[in-house]
This record gives sequence, C-alpha cells and structure tokens, in this order.
Amino acid sequence: MKKVKIYVTLRESVLDPQGSAVMGSLHKMGYAEVEDVRIGKYLELNIADDAEDVDALVNEMCQKLLTNTVIEDYRFEIEEAVSL
Amino acid sequence: MKFAVIVFPGSNCDLDMYHAIKDELGEEAEYVWHDSTDLSQYDGILLPGGFSYGDYLRCGAIAQSSAVMDEVRKAAEAGKPVLGICNGFQILTEAGLLPGVLLRNKNLKFMCKTVGLKVENANTLFTNEYEVGQEIQIPIAHGEGNYYCDDETYEQLQKNNQIVFSYADDFNGSRNQIAGIINERGNVLGMMPHPERAVSELINGNDGLALFKSIVKQWREANVTHA
Repeated sequence: MKKVKIYVTLRESVLDPQGSAVMGSLHKMGYAEVEDVRIGKYLELNIADDAEDVDALVNEMCQKLLTNTVIEDYRFEIEEAVSL
Repeated sequence: MKFAVIVFPGSNCDLDMYHAIKDELGEEAEYVWHDSTDLSQYDGILLPGGFSYGDYLRCGAIAQSSAVMDEVRKAAEAGKPVLGICNGFQILTEAGLLPGVLLRNKNLKFMCKTVGLKVENANTLFTNEYEVGQEIQIPIAHGEGNYYCDDETYEQLQKNNQIVFSYADDFNGSRNQIAGIINERGNVLGMMPHPERAVSELINGNDGLALFKSIVKQWREANVTHA
C-alpha cells in the first residue's frame, strides 16, 4: 500500500481571512514576530499496491475533486506505507 | 412550465423553492433526488440553497460530482434555464457551469439579513421583469458568499454583461460587490441571495417573485404558439 500526503493551500493572490484572524490572535497573545498566517488542508490517501502511475492518478483526483484550482495550489508526497 | 427542484443530501431551501414555484408563481414543480439520471421532462432546473454534503471538502464540491449534475449540464447545453441559489450557485461554479468561486466571507461570519441588490442586467431570461439599476430587497444567508475570480475572468464578465446582480453595500468581500452572474449564453444564473424567500408580502416582501415570473414569461414566449 502507498500513502499519499496531499497539502492544499490557498493561492498567494487569494485573501485568507481565516489565516488573518489567526494572525490577529497570535499578535494579541504577544507573538509580534508572526508576519503572515495561511491556513490550508491536509489530506491522506491510501492507494492499493497494484495501482499504476499513482502520480498521474493523484494529479487527476486533485484536479477533478480534491482541490479547486481557481483558488488553491496543491503538492503531494507518495510514501510506501509501513506494514505492522 | 415544469420545474425540477434538485435535492442533495443537505439541501435545506428546497421547500422554499418548491413553495415559491407552486404556491406563489402557480407553476409546476417536482423534487428530484441527486441520483436522478433523467431531467428531460423538465423545462427549468432549480438548484436550491443549503449545505449539500455538509459543505465537506469545499462548498458545492461533492454535489458537483453527483449523477444528476451530468443531466444539469445537458439541460444547460440544451439552453434550458438553470438557476442556482446560494449553495446552488456554489455547485454551479464547482461544476464549471459558471466561472469563479465563492470564498469565506471576509469577516468570517455567517450572515443572515435582508440586503439591497442592484439589478445590473435586466436583459436576461431571469430578469426581464426588472429594470436596469432597480434596487430590490432580497434576503441573504451565507458564510461563503464572497465571489472571487481572476482579472481575466472579471474582464470577460464585464465585457459580456454577465454580472446580473450586485450588492448595494460591500459586506462579504465579493469582487466588485458581485451577487449574481450568468453564463455567456445567458441561460445559467447563479446568485447568493434568496429570491425564493421573497415571494410574498406575508414573508416581508415579494421582490424575488419577478425573477421567477421572468423565467416563465420568456419560456411562454418561446414555447407557446399563439393562434
């Protein structure tokens, strides 16, 4: 089995009000050194061993459903899952 | 005229939509479940507001991949009127039937109130009963109604007169206060405010009724042969 870790982030050009609110809170708590906060999503997929071309498959899934490319960027890592 | 009110798991304005069509407009309406694979018997398609699939992943993203959306695409291609309100608008953008996307409101708040809407284009099948520049009062109820598109898309929207409604005030951060847009062909409208909740004086105003009347008027002109 392969484990795919997908990181989805808002494009730089898109305002992230959630991130701004969290930054405001950090500043109030005294963490003045924080210059920017962006909040994204983390997804994990387990892919069967016999799947071919996992890279292309994950790209396809990201573009069809998992992300909205109008506002989001994504990157992913494919790892061999450790069997217990 | 016969309307389909598409119902997704999590739709919650389907009853308001049905009521608006059936009781206030006096036309036919039927609820159609999200796994339906045939919309050919309907003259107009309505995607109601709510929280389809709990807004998981992104609002409208999962609904977009349901079976009925292939039929909604076919209806749109056939030129039938397709109206998406609130979550319905979010679904239409996720489906690629309308450009852009709806982001979280700039103040992060879910907002529920009646707002002023300016009619920007009264020359559509959805707005022919309004006047350009007219201000109408329509309720909103959304947390993710902040319309976003890139510069190129915005120029296209302007060039093709696709911006149909804009907010009188900027309260959610939408690009140029956009509240509703139409596709280039003019038969798919998405808007965040709820005209189906403004169809009777009993419920605090009927400024939304003219939108539904516009659809029927245009349809009658195109489909009813006069003797």
